[in-house]
Amino acid sequence: MAITKLATDARALPVQAIRPPGALPEEDFLAACIRCGLCVRDCPYDTLVLAELGLEGPATGTPFFTARNIPCEMCDDIPCVKACPTGALDHGLTNIDDADMGLAVLIDEEHCLNALGLRCDVCYRVCPVIDKAITLERRHNERSGHHAIFMPVVHSDHCTGCGKCEKSCVLPFESAIKVLPVRVAQAKAAEHYKLGWEDRNPLVDELIDLPDRLPGPGTDNLVAPGGYLPSGVEGLPDPSMDGGFAPSYGLPGTGGAGQ
Amino acid sequence: MSEKTALPVGQEAIQDKGWWLAHKFLILRRITQAGFLGLFLLGPWFGIWWVKGNLAGSLTLDILPLTDPLVLLQGMFAQHWPETTAIIGALIVGVAYALIGGRVYCSWVCPINPVTDAAHWLHDKLGFAKGWQPKRGTRYWVLGMVFAASALTGTIAWEFVNPVSMLHRGLIFGMGFAWTFVLAVFLFDLVVSRRGWCGHLCPVGAFYGLLGTGSVLRVSAVKRADCDDCMDCFAVCPEMHVITPALRGAEGDTPLILSSDCANCGRCIDVCAPDVFKFTTRFDDTPAPARAVRRKPKRQPEASRAA
Ligand code: SF4
Ligand code: SF4
Ligand code: SF4
Ligand code: SF4
Ligand code: SF4
Repeated sequence: MAITKLATDARALPVQAIRPPGALPEEDFLAACIRCGLCVRDCPYDTLVLAELGLEGPATGTPFFTARNIPCEMCDDIPCVKACPTGALDHGLTNIDDADMGLAVLIDEEHCLNALGLRCDVCYRVCPVIDKAITLERRHNERSGHHAIFMPVVHSDHCTGCGKCEKSCVLPFESAIKVLPVRVAQAKAAEHYKLGWEDRNPLVDELIDLPDRLPGPGTDNLVAPGGYLPSGVEGLPDPSMDGGFAPSYGLPGTGGAGQ
Repeated sequence: MSEKTALPVGQEAIQDKGWWLAHKFLILRRITQAGFLGLFLLGPWFGIWWVKGNLAGSLTLDILPLTDPLVLLQGMFAQHWPETTAIIGALIVGVAYALIGGRVYCSWVCPINPVTDAAHWLHDKLGFAKGWQPKRGTRYWVLGMVFAASALTGTIAWEFVNPVSMLHRGLIFGMGFAWTFVLAVFLFDLVVSRRGWCGHLCPVGAFYGLLGTGSVLRVSAVKRADCDDCMDCFAVCPEMHVITPALRGAEGDTPLILSSDCANCGRCIDVCAPDVFKFTTRFDDTPAPARAVRRKPKRQPEASRAA
């Protein structure tokens, strides 16, 4: 079954190739797309191309785009999806903001101008979903000591993968921010992980609540090494006497031998 | 067998009918093949978007969807149920070919056909031996394997290698290295196996052949009584086994070429000087007397070459 082998080999999709909006997950896409190129024809920005055999691109004849060349302009009426006769581009996608073509990743923090402490902000400003898909997070600039770094941060729940940021990055040649297929760009939390600050439900039902123990008067650790002895409290053993504890070293400010 | 068998193929027809009439259907076919391709190229080359897409799926005048039923069927084997548009398109194509003959696709539309015809022409010119000839049913096995591979991999499997769509899509959308597949088919037909690809292996042809099993449009050897044994129809027919039952049939046998392998290419009509063949429908029951019984000639080496 040579074809089987070839089909499975050809399924490998280069990471720079991003599928059009609404594309089914890759396995389903290759069962659905008949490679007719109607999506390509109806894209008003010539974003999409059909892969050519042996050139950099996904399986021969299937549609994709390279964001650094021409990104997706996120048309309101999504003509590419409407043109698809097979549903390889899911006709359920009616709001382009829900598209999930890929996920932008700030891949090169060493060269991103914002990450270096400058104010470039271009990727942030061109984002069609600005302030939701991409935000600038203020951080301390350790290098200068008294400036801020405005770090571009992408949020997966809003990023559509349109690639406008990648296209616009001012660096020559490669972009510092790149759209990658979600399967490459995003990890998954294990199912049982819970972020305590987001999800306040206890891990186990009827969690046993133990009494809090704090150091202070009335607890038995008062005379532990380093503990303090409140003055004027009666009935406690003198730490320097038998039965009490005294640190063998002097503590600063207590007039010990070490000073 | 007659002394005319020895004449170059089609010479008599050219003498009797003139060159153009002796190549009528061949020329019409080339025009149609180029025309179909041209329609698809009007858009990318001249910005006239009457037809968008390619043979796998297209949209004509923004209203008529057409889909290749074979590709769609593979998708279904791979467990994708397509949108209605694609299904309607496949039904239109399917019904059309079921009426006019499935392999009309091969001889009038498919872009590989001129390639394999060229290979055959050169093969003949160079006088190569016919080489490996796979069994008659091989292409149906290939077709079966295509469906099995689609189901196993969950992809439209044949499209990873299909030289037909590679060439067609390549011409319209960009070729990449797809020309290597086309060259491979050409060389296969030239060196390895005479008429090997279209006549024996191509699962697309097999599929369309099955689709056209009951087609209405058929070629008939109505005037078979006039056949003068020049063997030219056998020499030009890409599926020559289909001719024998009709042409050499006995009195009661139908003169219709009913085999689904016949591509309705009309070449047999072209090259026949006594005009034995014509296009008609499968319901045509014009009486067609068989030839007077002749002495069975001894088989000669030329006969097997011409046949
Ligand atoms: S949304 Fe618009 S720009 Fe983006 S791929 Fe579709 S048609 Fe092209
Ligand atoms: S329109 Fe649909 S089936 Fe055609 S190439 Fe685009 S995604 Fe594939
Ligand atoms: S790819 Fe970039 S520009 Fe497009 S939505 Fe995501 S962050 Fe914004
Ligand atoms: S057999 Fe295949 S390659 Fe040959 S003409 Fe028919 S579809 Fe085209
Ligand atoms: S029988 Fe005639 S029409 Fe049919 S394939 Fe042969 S040459 Fe073509």
